[in-house]
Amino acid sequence: MGKALRYLALACYIVFLAFPLVWLLSTALKTPQELASLHPTWIPRAPTLTNFTDAFGEQDLVGSGMRSLVVAVASSVLTVILAMPAAYALARYRSLVNRIAIGWVLVSQVFPFILIIIPLFMVLRRLDLVNTLPGLTVVHVTFTLPFALWMLQGYVRAVPRELEEAAAVDGAGRIRSLVSVVAPLLAPGVVATLLFAFISSWNEFLFALIVLKDPDVATLPLTLVKFTGAEGVVRLGPLAAASLLATIPSLLFFAVIQRRLKSGLMAGAVKG
Amino acid sequence: MTLTADRPVRTVRPDKPRGGGRQGREALLLMLPALVPVLVFSVGPLLYGIFLAFTDARSGRNSVTSFVGLSNFGDLLSDGDFWASFRIGMIWAVSVTVLQFLASLGLALLLNQDMRFRGFARVLAMVPWAMPPVVIGLMWRLVYHPDAGILNGMLGTEIDWLNDFSIALPAVIVVGIWTGMPQTTVVLLAGLQGVPKELYEAVEVDGAGTWRKFWSITLPQLRPVIVAITSLDFVWNINQFGLVYVLTQGGPGGQTRLPMLFAYEEAFRYGFFGYAATLGVAIVIVVLAVLGVYLWRQMREAS
Repeated sequence: MGKALRYLALACYIVFLAFPLVWLLSTALKTPQELASLHPTWIPRAPTLTNFTDAFGEQDLVGSGMRSLVVAVASSVLTVILAMPAAYALARYRSLVNRIAIGWVLVSQVFPFILIIIPLFMVLRRLDLVNTLPGLTVVHVTFTLPFALWMLQGYVRAVPRELEEAAAVDGAGRIRSLVSVVAPLLAPGVVATLLFAFISSWNEFLFALIVLKDPDVATLPLTLVKFTGAEGVVRLGPLAAASLLATIPSLLFFAVIQRRLKSGLMAGAVKG
Repeated sequence: MTLTADRPVRTVRPDKPRGGGRQGREALLLMLPALVPVLVFSVGPLLYGIFLAFTDARSGRNSVTSFVGLSNFGDLLSDGDFWASFRIGMIWAVSVTVLQFLASLGLALLLNQDMRFRGFARVLAMVPWAMPPVVIGLMWRLVYHPDAGILNGMLGTEIDWLNDFSIALPAVIVVGIWTGMPQTTVVLLAGLQGVPKELYEAVEVDGAGTWRKFWSITLPQLRPVIVAITSLDFVWNINQFGLVYVLTQGGPGGQTRLPMLFAYEEAFRYGFFGYAATLGVAIVIVVLAVLGVYLWRQMREAS
């Protein structure tokens, strides 16, 4: 293929991938008058930040952001605490349970959510957890657990077993060597997994939609959708501004983690 | 499998399998904290969900649920709305999977070459991945907006993209492709980088051109990766909900009502839990029917 042709193709891809993002930014910076004009332009004539401040006034961004934060912190911490011992067992032992656990990680990717969410909703209703943040946290933990387990066991595998054996020779028990030898080496992996679980929960929409029916407990994704207006009034500027704000944690996460995620995903997909 | 493939890793061999003995018991004990919530909140519900497919369970009256055998499946098969949504789901899943694969393969091939702006394009290709799906849906609503959207602005048209009966589904499919491209591209790029350079050098001696190299080396070498990622993409796409819910809520007139949106409405708007579960089971059957052949072949090749 000719060199020019290749650059042309690359340019097409860049445009396709970038133009919605540029438009989101452009919309967020426009005045209401300019948004109402019937000839949309790429560059705002009089860029303004009022959409960002308006966004806070029009919907409960602070409140729902806090709720998202609470659920995301709680579910990511819980996920990692629950997954940690299991990940260790998955990497270091070989038993029937291991094979079943791996099987579940794969199966959980394939089943339609509806088969799990209906009974789960019935259970949560029995436990009086519908419309509560603990209820949503339980759901998020359940759904991030398989992949978190998968990530963590990869990190455990990367810790040389000889280190544990050396600790055992020095008289440390399994738990002792786990805490003082393995744990520090696993720290980066644990942080990565925590971030992954945090962002999964922060971004999650569907389960929040089903578990949190009451607007007073809505998380951030649910609140964002409200900008499109049940009454047919779409507030484009504040909608774009709030969307940009909600993306910041995910972007930060991505910047920190992207190399690891890439290799993890690719290994997972090839094995898939 | 390792998440740290970028740096050299000493792999530690797990112990040899030893039946149920001490190994098994220790492993079970360590897995218990994760196993209990998974059993209670996901395996259990999943099995119960499959059971619900054979009952007349309704929202708000779970005590008088009765077993109805295959009658939900009969209803499903004679439900015109289901078939409409099934058809839309298949069009959506097949076209997003195929088009996304072709687009991603092209991009991966470009990004695998020594080109200017390659780094920039690589970062950009990852961005949709880093965005909350709800934001992606809202962002595209802004792009497609009939008055203030840039698409009409650029084309000089006055189309209401997401509310036009014949255009809504293709418009939503484009968003599906945009959203899924990063994953597919990264996986294919990784696959490309795994192709041994010597293979290319060998056929270059025979004077093979770019296309020849692509057809007789790149594609065959990529095959396992391609099979894996397209299968997974298909499963993800047939199960898609949030993105399309935010974009159109299934409208206009059900033109973008994917199977999961149909199931969501049946369950959480009309309260037909059992019927919605039936649809879930039906989708599992379709997924297995489509992927079964692939999986079976993969397993046979592996053993």
